[in-house]
Amino acid sequence: MIRLFANANYDFIKWRRWAYGLTAALIVPGFALFLVHGLNYSIEFTGGTLIQLETTQPVGTERIRSALDAAGIRDAEIQQFGGANEYKVQARLGTTAALTQGSTDSTAQAVDSALAHGLGPHQYTIVRTEAVGPKVGRELQGKAFLAILFSFIVTLIYLAVRFEWRFGLAAVLATLHDILTTIAFIRYLNLEVSLVVVGAVLTMVGYSLNDTIIIFDRVRENLRKFRRQNLYEILNLSINETLPRSVLTHGTTMATTVALVLLAGEVLRPFALVMTFAIFTGTFSSIYIAAPLLMYIEKRWPGQDARGARAFRPAGAVPLTPPPSGSGSEARSKAAV
Amino acid sequence: MLFRTIRSRLMVTGALVVGSVFALKPSNTVQRIRDAATGRMKDTTVRRVPINLGLDLQGGIHLSLEVDQSKGPVPDCADAISRAERVVRSRIDQFGTTEPVVQIIGRCRLVVELPGEKDPARAKSIIQRTAFLEFRITDMQNLFRDALPEIDRALREAGVQAPGQTGAGAANVAQLFGPDTTKAKKGKAAAKGKAAKDTTDLNAPGALSSLLFQSPINMPGEFLVPEEQAPVAESLLARPEVKRLIPRGIELKWGTELASRGARAYRALYAVEDRPIITGEELEKATARRDQVTNQSVVDFVLSRSGGRKFERETGRHVGHYMAIILDGRAQGQPPIIKSQIGQHGQIELGSKPLQEAQDLALVLRAGALPAPLTIVEERTIGPSLGQDSIKDGIRAGVVGVLLVILIMVVYYRLSGVLAVLALTLYVAFTLAGLALFGSTLTLPGLAGLVLSVGIAVDANVLIFERIREELQHGKLVRTAVDEGFKHAMSAIVDSNVSTALTAGILYLVGTGPVRGFAVTLIIGIGASMITAIFVVRTFYMIWLQRRPDMATLSV
Repeated sequence: MIRLFANANYDFIKWRRWAYGLTAALIVPGFALFLVHGLNYSIEFTGGTLIQLETTQPVGTERIRSALDAAGIRDAEIQQFGGANEYKVQARLGTTAALTQGSTDSTAQAVDSALAHGLGPHQYTIVRTEAVGPKVGRELQGKAFLAILFSFIVTLIYLAVRFEWRFGLAAVLATLHDILTTIAFIRYLNLEVSLVVVGAVLTMVGYSLNDTIIIFDRVRENLRKFRRQNLYEILNLSINETLPRSVLTHGTTMATTVALVLLAGEVLRPFALVMTFAIFTGTFSSIYIAAPLLMYIEKRWPGQDARGARAFRPAGAVPLTPPPSGSGSEARSKAAV
Repeated sequence: MLFRTIRSRLMVTGALVVGSVFALKPSNTVQRIRDAATGRMKDTTVRRVPINLGLDLQGGIHLSLEVDQSKGPVPDCADAISRAERVVRSRIDQFGTTEPVVQIIGRCRLVVELPGEKDPARAKSIIQRTAFLEFRITDMQNLFRDALPEIDRALREAGVQAPGQTGAGAANVAQLFGPDTTKAKKGKAAAKGKAAKDTTDLNAPGALSSLLFQSPINMPGEFLVPEEQAPVAESLLARPEVKRLIPRGIELKWGTELASRGARAYRALYAVEDRPIITGEELEKATARRDQVTNQSVVDFVLSRSGGRKFERETGRHVGHYMAIILDGRAQGQPPIIKSQIGQHGQIELGSKPLQEAQDLALVLRAGALPAPLTIVEERTIGPSLGQDSIKDGIRAGVVGVLLVILIMVVYYRLSGVLAVLALTLYVAFTLAGLALFGSTLTLPGLAGLVLSVGIAVDANVLIFERIREELQHGKLVRTAVDEGFKHAMSAIVDSNVSTALTAGILYLVGTGPVRGFAVTLIIGIGASMITAIFVVRTFYMIWLQRRPDMATLSV
């Protein structure tokens, strides 16, 4: 039988300051970049036109650009998308004169006729076009923001009911951290932020919370089981006990996201990349952000059961070994099958 | 615990499996597709798994439209958009797509989705064209009916066989027609005699006439065509030798709604005069109400002054005749009878029909009267090849991902891992069945969500197995360890899944299109994962422990 990290006894919490440094080193530059340059939003958010085409032979983005230049379409972005003979041409709103007048479909036609001119009419096929007006884009931005905000509020309420508000607050703050790191990640790779990527961020919120909850659930149980340890030790114990599960679950999830990154095609790649990163940041934040935060929150606003944060270091007196069998197993049985 | 015995648990599992298989059983779906050669619509039967694919997977056109306010604000955009919806709906058949979507989103936006449609320019021109409403008198002299034998002969000469010629088919036609009329006409003996005569006329084995059935209320110029044979009738009517024989001054118009008689659905075909007595330009207002005195549904309409004069003259000549209301070349609802001369103010009585129908009719009239120019605010066209590539890539990624998950589980948890993998198979089946049952649409992000959820779905099993390992390590007996493992893992599983489901629910509420598809897939996946990981795996363990009650070590 293979066992990974069974009976692990690492002092995770001790390394929390290093972890803060690491995460700050990731977030701060990424967030600064985000504030200065913004994100690379897809036309769904900005409004604009996108044309995906397949040429019979690889022609290179330069030929497409010169074909478009000849027709006077200048500010379009052209990039290879997927295979060597697949390209994506997109123009955001406000960059092309035709678009500012509000007609979204004329650009697609202009690009089509420019390509027919420059490449020859049977040298390419347009496989996808998208045209989004400015109003729709603005609405979507608002909706994406609302979605993230609502999910926070709802989660906070749920966790407050199921655990207590201190746990909920720690979990939500850890998730906020995950969103920040993910924005930094998206900024570093300059991934295009489409609706699907926003979906990935929200899934990440769910996944990361999930992970935090697994650990907090164990904390809740251990707080009842070991009356003499302080919160520092309980947190460490709980993280160590759930470590095999974390490794396994993240392993299987990672297997699927990596398969998506490598095999699922260009459209889903940003989604899959964000999800892969989310597994790292979600795991990291559950251990190094959520758990220490719970400790600080308990210290600041001690709860009933919070012999919590009397000390930020292990008491050392009590060995952190599992109790003799039978003593703590009837801790509670919350739900039945 | 609700299901204590293995037997009851197996029965529940079995019922779920049978239900899933049933939900996913490929069924024959009739698809209307455009015949490449003739450019007309024809029906083909496709055998496929009943899961709706989103536009991004099957290709097609998605359009979001709003009322054009660039030439001055439109005061009531909700009314304008519902009129536009009515117009677009009545035109949608021209596209010949299988599952077109016409939906009002929010207050003032209309979303049109045309799966399989490839030509956005054509789609836009059809949708944005101004609506055209006209009132026409039906074929009161039965000119078309009288020309039917002639048409049949011409078709026979052209070598067209009546579809009902094969013995069984002909019997079917006569039989269907007979009881139908009698049922509809119970107590109207006078009309019955005429109907019987018509029946013999119409049932003469002719290629066209065998498709046309007598109107149940004996309205001159109204015919019913069985829904599945409507395309056949349509193509026959389009033949040059038939067109030549349609009497001068008569045109044929299809109805929009399907009438069901018994188990079958019929589409109405109207022979109407080729000149409208009035068009929508003359219509100023139309409102629906329920008459306080008679308790009937009524549509009131007001015409312009000049229109009123024209209408007065025409209706004076046509008292007792039926008047078809035709929007964009399609007859809307059943043509009302003109009871007396009508001037500028008129009303259409719908009798005991629900108010909803009157409102629909008023909407039709307004749609033709006040055309709302639509502007396209969002447009997506996805080529069918791209969709197929996406499916192919998605499935490939899914298979590789799932194989990796299986490998990890079996290597790490051995026999228990095998149980989890078995449960995972059920998980995928349940999720797909859920998608089919809820009629939700599988989009490309949804496909990604499905793949991702396989990785997450084993989490519940991992939690349980790890807990069992811990309990075993604490020296518990196998049976106790399994019980405790399930019991203690439960709260973590429930809490984590519920919070994920809440996030997905918000995604569903806020998102549109593909993102909604993703959220639905995720929610169904979470439900299926709870059922399989907790209930099904537990059942497997119970069976296992029952067979080997003295098991000292557990393969976990």
